Amino acid sequence: MKELCFDAVVIGGGAAGMAAALELEAAGRSAAVVEREDSLGGILGQCVHSGFGLIEFDEELTGPEFAERFEERMRGRPISALCGCTVLSIEAEGAEKVVTCASPAKGVSRLRAKAVVLAMGCRERNRGNIRIPGTRPAGVYTAGLAQRLVNIEGYVPGREIVVIGSGDIGLIMARRMSWIGCKVHAVVEILPYPSGLTRNIVQCLNDFGIPLYLSHLTTNIFGRRRVEGIEATPIENGGLVPEKAFRIPCDTVLLAVGLVPENELSREAGVSLNPMTNGPWVDSYLMTSVPGVFACGNVLHVHDLADYVVEESRRAGRFAAAWLGGARPERELRVKAGSNVRYVAPSRVEPGRDNKLYLRTMIVKNDAVLEVKLDGKVLRSTKRNHVQPSEMISISLGMTELEFAGPDAVVEISIL
Amino acid sequence: MRHELTCITCPIGCRLVAEDGPGGELAVSGNRCPRGAAYAREELLSPRRTVTATCRALGVTSSSLARRIPCRTSAPFPRERVDELLAAIYALEEPLPVERGRVLIRDALGLGIDVVATRTLS
Repeated sequence: MKELCFDAVVIGGGAAGMAAALELEAAGRSAAVVEREDSLGGILGQCVHSGFGLIEFDEELTGPEFAERFEERMRGRPISALCGCTVLSIEAEGAEKVVTCASPAKGVSRLRAKAVVLAMGCRERNRGNIRIPGTRPAGVYTAGLAQRLVNIEGYVPGREIVVIGSGDIGLIMARRMSWIGCKVHAVVEILPYPSGLTRNIVQCLNDFGIPLYLSHLTTNIFGRRRVEGIEATPIENGGLVPEKAFRIPCDTVLLAVGLVPENELSREAGVSLNPMTNGPWVDSYLMTSVPGVFACGNVLHVHDLADYVVEESRRAGRFAAAWLGGARPERELRVKAGSNVRYVAPSRVEPGRDNKLYLRTMIVKNDAVLEVKLDGKVLRSTKRNHVQPSEMISISLGMTELEFAGPDAVVEISIL
Repeated sequence: MRHELTCITCPIGCRLVAEDGPGGELAVSGNRCPRGAAYAREELLSPRRTVTATCRALGVTSSSLARRIPCRTSAPFPRERVDELLAAIYALEEPLPVERGRVLIRDALGLGIDVVATRTLS
């Protein structure tokens, strides 16, 4: 069996993996990126719409353009990109990690490294995850699968479409299906507000006159061989109103009902996961509970912009490089998600330096206040014009304000 | 004439109301900042969209799954002509290899905007 040695192995060659590997290499560490698909770029390749790169490149790019710019940065550097190669396991051997992977071309190989960066991204939730009752006909797709079929492989999965869930992928697919000549009859959303960005509601639904049914649960899928329609039931005062249920005929259902970090490998490697994010718990170095194993991008928590993924992954690459050089956090404080905050990542900060944190709120509110408390005492209170669950919030913390925190102090972040 | 629309300049999503003012000028209300008024005027008078699509790739090998070349307009395109533009893109048959940035349609519909490839495919 072939065995290769690196300072660090990055698992996943999407935006996160490439950004982390570039930082590792820039810090003088040898790095390999292992990618399951035959080319780098991850999900960006099928996201042919625009809206990427406003932060990273200061211009609006499509997904393939964003990915290709990173591939070009990779090409000039001595980073091994192992494409078409699936990682089977990550195991500790003494102080080292052994990443076992398999590819049709090269068979099974072992990659030995001192550090591993998890950058596997996320996966779509499917019909089973949300338990939609009804028959099991052909024509039910996750929105991302339909996106791949249409934008990469050139197949049209159906003609008369209903989208379940109003996340951005669902909205963008509603527009895509309309643009390729399909009729999108409805977007059905269980929550009382859209899960996607306002600009996507305007440009992907309103432009095409697609109705959005908020506070509606999909209570049935009809059809024997092929989908013939769905049943939507309104939710009023927290309960279903079956007498107001109605049927929407269609031949295809696209599910855009959320994303889950893809952590099967992490779990088997002994990494402990945060049930709020389904991603690893990480410290202020973005290091998981397994020493030497770092995590970044959508495998850590689901981001809404590729630009944020890149920013976080660069930090993970830099921290992994520093850790390889013997650096360790001097001391860390626990970060707690307070009122109306679903999670904060990472969940530790190191006082005395700048810590970048991402958090997601649970509420929709104008003129909200972001409050940071240290052991119950308000450290900082800043106004936010608008918050909503679909817009991730980022803050910087810790340069000076945590200096006098005691050893067991807890930082709590709330949205009020 | 009274129009209601949602501003998409930032995530706040102000609900804008635009009405024909005395001098034929659009009077916009409901905006929290000047960008809202500018957005309402552009959206009502000449709405534009960045159009992204894919066109057929010629010379694809049977082992390759990628059969479409992604592309986009070089600038936002007048919304009322988007269907015509898409028809022109879908009629394209572009031989591989193609490199990112190659102009697939120059001066689309005579409006001074190009359609360019967004991915290098060999």
